[in-house]
Amino acid sequence: MSNWEVFITIVGLAAITVFTRSFFLLSDRELVLPDWVRRGLRYAPLAALAAVLVPEVVMSQGHLIDTWKDARIFAVAASTGYFIWRRGILGTILTGMAVLVPLRLWLGW
Amino acid sequence: MTSIRAAMRHPQFRAGAKDMLGVSLGIGAWGLVTGVAMVKSGMSIPLALLMSLTVFAGSAQLAAVPLMAVGTPIWVIWATALCVNLRFIIFSAHWRPFFMHLPRMKRIALGYFSADLNYVLFMKRFPQAREGEGQIAYFLGGSIVNWAAWQFPSVVGIMLADVIPTHWGLGFAGVLALLGLTYSMLSDRSTTFAAVIAGGAAVAAFALPFRLHIVVAIAAAVCVGLMIDGSGGAGRRIRNLLADPGAQPRGDARKTAA
Repeated sequence: MSNWEVFITIVGLAAITVFTRSFFLLSDRELVLPDWVRRGLRYAPLAALAAVLVPEVVMSQGHLIDTWKDARIFAVAASTGYFIWRRGILGTILTGMAVLVPLRLWLGW
Repeated sequence: MTSIRAAMRHPQFRAGAKDMLGVSLGIGAWGLVTGVAMVKSGMSIPLALLMSLTVFAGSAQLAAVPLMAVGTPIWVIWATALCVNLRFIIFSAHWRPFFMHLPRMKRIALGYFSADLNYVLFMKRFPQAREGEGQIAYFLGGSIVNWAAWQFPSVVGIMLADVIPTHWGLGFAGVLALLGLTYSMLSDRSTTFAAVIAGGAAVAAFALPFRLHIVVAIAAAVCVGLMIDGSGGAGRRIRNLLADPGAQPRGDARKTAA
């Protein structure tokens, strides 16, 4: 890609950010959503987060991992345990990293 | 401008900033990794800075950067980013009651700064749109911290891409931040169940192009959610199972439903 093409791509991506983040904020008119759409929307954000998250943990190179020697699994298990215990997000991150980094660096998982 | 300054003096502004500071470590690690990834893919430093400062969407950037590196057609890159950002369209429907009293340009500006974490923390704190609670002040406090916690590490990553090591798992801090957020959003059993369905569907549909597996996962979870909410027989059985998961084998659930 030439610098010029990269520039056009970036401008388009920025427009996509503005467009998607303000999509339902654009119109001044009252927005009437059907009842089932409103009920369905309750489930969508969590679903989007889970859909981004789960493959990051249990897949590598587009395939389900087939070994338990993966630092990510232990990091997520430790983070989950911390969250059930204390419910803090910062602690969840730190606990997971405290498990992940030694396994990665010393055992190469 | 005066209204922004007034909002900054509101106590909710500090509350929003403080809540966001709690997750800023994860945001920062993610921003750093994104900055490094842009430059390592061969992008020049000025263009990487432009991308970070204008696109301001980590998952879309991380999805687009490898495609740009191999010369994918521009429309495919845009389609991919649109799919990854579809969740923001859903979020914007939720923002609407909170922002509608503002003029359109302000709504668009607030929308631009409303990333995932703003959404999660805000909706947890304010289930209903109400005047006089300082909701916009809370939003601005969180947004400013979120913007800084993302942009500064991202710029550092762009500038120091060649000297920052990432093999020890720096990028996973972003995933863990997302994990903590997801857990804190699991409000009841039916949303938890729908989230599990979404995770499974995302893995099963991962091979789809343009990261469409995210759209498939959302669709699956919404269908299951509507089934649980609705009055159909299958949904009722699931609802009964979720209502009392301890002592409900499938046969019993059917009996209670009938």
